[in-house]
Amino acid sequence: MDFPGGKAMDAVFYDSQRQGRFSFYMTSGGEEATAVGTAAALQPEDVIFSQYREHGVLLHRGFTLQEFAHQCFGNKHEPGKGRQMPIHYGSKALNFHTVSAPLATQLPHAVGAAYALKLQGVKACTAAYFGEGAASEGDFHAAANFASTLGAPVLFICRNNGYAISTPATEQYKGDGIAGRGASYGMASTRVDGGDARAVYAATAEARQIAVAGGCPVLIEAMSYRSGHHSTSDDSSRYRTADEMRRWRARDPVERMQKWMTHQGWWDEEQEKELRQSSRKQVVEALQIAQKEDKPPLSCMFTDVYADLPWHLKEQQAEVADFVRRHPEMLPAGMPNDL
Amino acid sequence: MQALLRLSRQGGSLRQIQSSGLSVAFARAYASHELTVRDALNSALDEELARDDSVFVLGEEVGEYQGAYKITRGLLQKYGAERIRDTPITEAGFTGIATGAAMAGLRPVCEFMTFNFAMQAIDQIINSAAKTLYMSAGTIPVPIVFRGPNGAAAGVAAQHSQCYGAWYSHVPGLKVIAPYDAEDARGLLKASIRDPDPVVFLENEILYGQAFPVDDKVLDKDFVLPIGKCKIQKEGTDITLVGFGRCVGHNLKAAAELEKAGISAEVINVRSLKPLDRDTIVNSVKKTHRVLALEEGWPQCGFCAEIIAVVNEECFDDLDAPPERVTGAEVPMPYAANLEAAALPTPADVVKVAKRMLGK
Repeated sequence: MDFPGGKAMDAVFYDSQRQGRFSFYMTSGGEEATAVGTAAALQPEDVIFSQYREHGVLLHRGFTLQEFAHQCFGNKHEPGKGRQMPIHYGSKALNFHTVSAPLATQLPHAVGAAYALKLQGVKACTAAYFGEGAASEGDFHAAANFASTLGAPVLFICRNNGYAISTPATEQYKGDGIAGRGASYGMASTRVDGGDARAVYAATAEARQIAVAGGCPVLIEAMSYRSGHHSTSDDSSRYRTADEMRRWRARDPVERMQKWMTHQGWWDEEQEKELRQSSRKQVVEALQIAQKEDKPPLSCMFTDVYADLPWHLKEQQAEVADFVRRHPEMLPAGMPNDL
Repeated sequence: MQALLRLSRQGGSLRQIQSSGLSVAFARAYASHELTVRDALNSALDEELARDDSVFVLGEEVGEYQGAYKITRGLLQKYGAERIRDTPITEAGFTGIATGAAMAGLRPVCEFMTFNFAMQAIDQIINSAAKTLYMSAGTIPVPIVFRGPNGAAAGVAAQHSQCYGAWYSHVPGLKVIAPYDAEDARGLLKASIRDPDPVVFLENEILYGQAFPVDDKVLDKDFVLPIGKCKIQKEGTDITLVGFGRCVGHNLKAAAELEKAGISAEVINVRSLKPLDRDTIVNSVKKTHRVLALEEGWPQCGFCAEIIAVVNEECFDDLDAPPERVTGAEVPMPYAANLEAAALPTPADVVKVAKRMLGK
């Protein structure tokens, strides 16, 4: 379900954004095996700090297609109360931290959370996802160095997909990729074919074992290819050749998994077709439901800035409430008033 | 606690009492001890570490070296290296680590050697610590204290002498505290560590070594001050002087000087820049009909600009004179002693402007 669900979601959500139904979307085509393979090797108590192209991890943990759709539309069912832009998912129940948009800031967070696990005596780890482009941020260095010196059980999972928007990896660094940096931080590191779900799973399971047992970080560099555009704001045909894209798409990680399963006799074309169709149907339905739902009510503007509403926000909220009471005609369409 | 206290010595306390503008009679009657701001902060940290296992301190040189300004003195020996954590030299790193640890349920106290260096970590403070509760729809609190010296020290020039009060108090999600004396330092730091939200705690290097009279209740291990409340440091009737941190001391000195000219100034110690206690300020101005705001920071979009806006919004008709401000010069801090002194506001500046506002 993680693979076809993710594929169907990417296809339908992407088109939906292009139709102007919501503001932004990012696909994860070409990198599905990295997300799902790592997720499968982690335990539910392991805490995820993702970048933005890892919805396979959430799918694997049980976030439903309907929940994804609610988030992208920012409606009242969205557990984030419509605060975060599309695809910046989060789920406390699934131990998945809300996406932090400034690149690589999630890496020190993951180290801090891992240090907390260590002080609390919890036998688990955190997993921090990032791209090879984000690894150029200073926060990558800070996180790697701190994780090593603090002895924090973190898995640094780099999705090296070849591009940071339009900048190819060859212009991002000159050394031996990201895994090559691990040794200089005194960190066990490995490089794996990110398109091979089983290889990713095996590497992650081993890395988790080392991190949790040893109280230390491990770096995994998963080599893959961003098959789609960077985001809905990008047209990657302007900076890479059709031939290059074709070659990589022939190595699609989901098809590789499907072929292997078929070869094992566990799966066939018919089942695949059925699952794809039903996934697509579910995604379309989820989207239709999410679009029709009310948006979050007016009170969501003010709550959660602080643990308790301070006087100045209470006052501003009361002013808004008073205004809409006196001028209900001024309340914008689609704004439920709960004040 | 007793070890941290020095019993009041006549000479030392008199100097302090005079400089803080309190009457000698008041001090003799009520102040049985005096305590430096440094010891107030140190004892507050010590007590909160003892009270709650989830509190830990991290930063550069907080452990073995006992803190660049010795605020963490003795804590490594008492609580061990896991809870008093020396870190590599990466502000953005340990600020992010502190933020992640707070997200995971700890209560980090993140020390910056000075707030000038926190500029390298300001993304983590604003984009991560301040916004995560809101972005996570209230599910991920970030209880954390960012603390260290802020504002101008002496002779350390542009990159070590800047006030960040206005910067941080601009940001929803942050609480911003600036203690003045030992009572503030103890009560507000303990309150900040117990607070569920991220707090930026702006200390002042020049005040660390200053001793202030404190009474027994301030020394109680459960002494906390409310966040979001001003303190009327000295009552008066003719003009309201508003400031935070070291400027409270300047205003007290100015008030003592104005007293000689027959002007009764009320001095407000703001304590919390955010949330800002508008009521105390506005009620004072309604009584005195004049307000003068003071800060060491730069004027444009500054703390004084906010105070004047508040007064204009809330009690414009009560004013008998235009509100005024005295601020630092709008230049990076020069090193040369003469230029540095000229760039900073003084009690004499406050006296001059206050007299002008009163037509004297």
